[in-house]
Amino acid sequence: MDFSNETPIYLQIMNRLKSDIVTGKIKMGEKLMSTRELAVSLRVNPNTVQRVFKELENEGICFTKRGMGTYVTEDEATIALLKEQLANDLMMVFIDGMKKLNYSLVEIIEKVRSYGEVNK
Amino acid sequence: MNTMIKIVDLHKSYMTKKALRNVNLEFQSGKIYGLLGPNGSGKTTLMKVIADLHQQNEGEILICGEKPSHKTRAFVAFMPTENFIYGWMKVKEALQFYKDMYQDFDMERAEELIQFMELDKNQKVASLSTGQKARLKITLTICRRAKIYMLDEPLNGLDPISRTKIKECIIDQFDSEGVMIISTHLVNEVEQILDEVIFIGGGEIIISGETETLRAERGKGLEDIYREVFANA
Repeated sequence: MDFSNETPIYLQIMNRLKSDIVTGKIKMGEKLMSTRELAVSLRVNPNTVQRVFKELENEGICFTKRGMGTYVTEDEATIALLKEQLANDLMMVFIDGMKKLNYSLVEIIEKVRSYGEVNK
Repeated sequence: MNTMIKIVDLHKSYMTKKALRNVNLEFQSGKIYGLLGPNGSGKTTLMKVIADLHQQNEGEILICGEKPSHKTRAFVAFMPTENFIYGWMKVKEALQFYKDMYQDFDMERAEELIQFMELDKNQKVASLSTGQKARLKITLTICRRAKIYMLDEPLNGLDPISRTKIKECIIDQFDSEGVMIISTHLVNEVEQILDEVIFIGGGEIIISGETETLRAERGKGLEDIYREVFANA
């Protein structure tokens, strides 16, 4: 995984895991790698991974079974909400960029439609 | 978190040259520190003073509350840049040598790590490549059950595969009760594994702090911060 300088590393890892969960690459209820395993595979500090797990737990996306490891939630509503959030984040960046180019909301919608038709 | 090393107003000079001046630092357990600076900035001198291989001229160092001595050497594992393993030894003899020298050397762990590092136990040290020698050196150092690990330039002059192996080894073997200090100027290589960084130049501490905080404050990566700090060095 390549990291950018703009965002804290733990956030970049969180986002990667979130999108893997939303797309089903990591299944609901699945056990995640241990802190150490994930740290070695991403070649990052184990403390960073620990923080990732803690934040994901705070957001209700993961939970820890004592002495067993960290698991992805089995709650479908939480995952659906997460998907919504990720989509909103992308949308915000996109719309923001378009508005800076002086597109109105109506124009943006039209643009998306025609772009979608051309790039099916 | 405990303070493992405390350094107060440290000065060190060789004959005519000031090597360290007014160094004040604290190292906490459970963290990986990067000691970053160009050649000749004082990284090695600082490590050697902590390792009780050099003596300071002024100031104080406390390692787990003790002044550097044979007592602290027993729990400080230092990997110097030099090749410290006899060429005539086989890899397995080097392990045994370390086992004899250091009571805290964990042979079982070393046997595992030798495999991970893809080293042949029966090969002569003299016939190892540069990368293989570096991998052996780090294996020997990290397999001590020490409290403080100091690696002086562990990635210098190595091929990408060896660098990756060594980084993975550092991450995997890192003990959350201990302290790890890595000196390097290959900032990009270690950026993601450092909790804290210490920029050292001309024997003085220029900046020290949490990696993530520095990145956020300055809106750039460590390499760019390094360039900025040492632009005139």
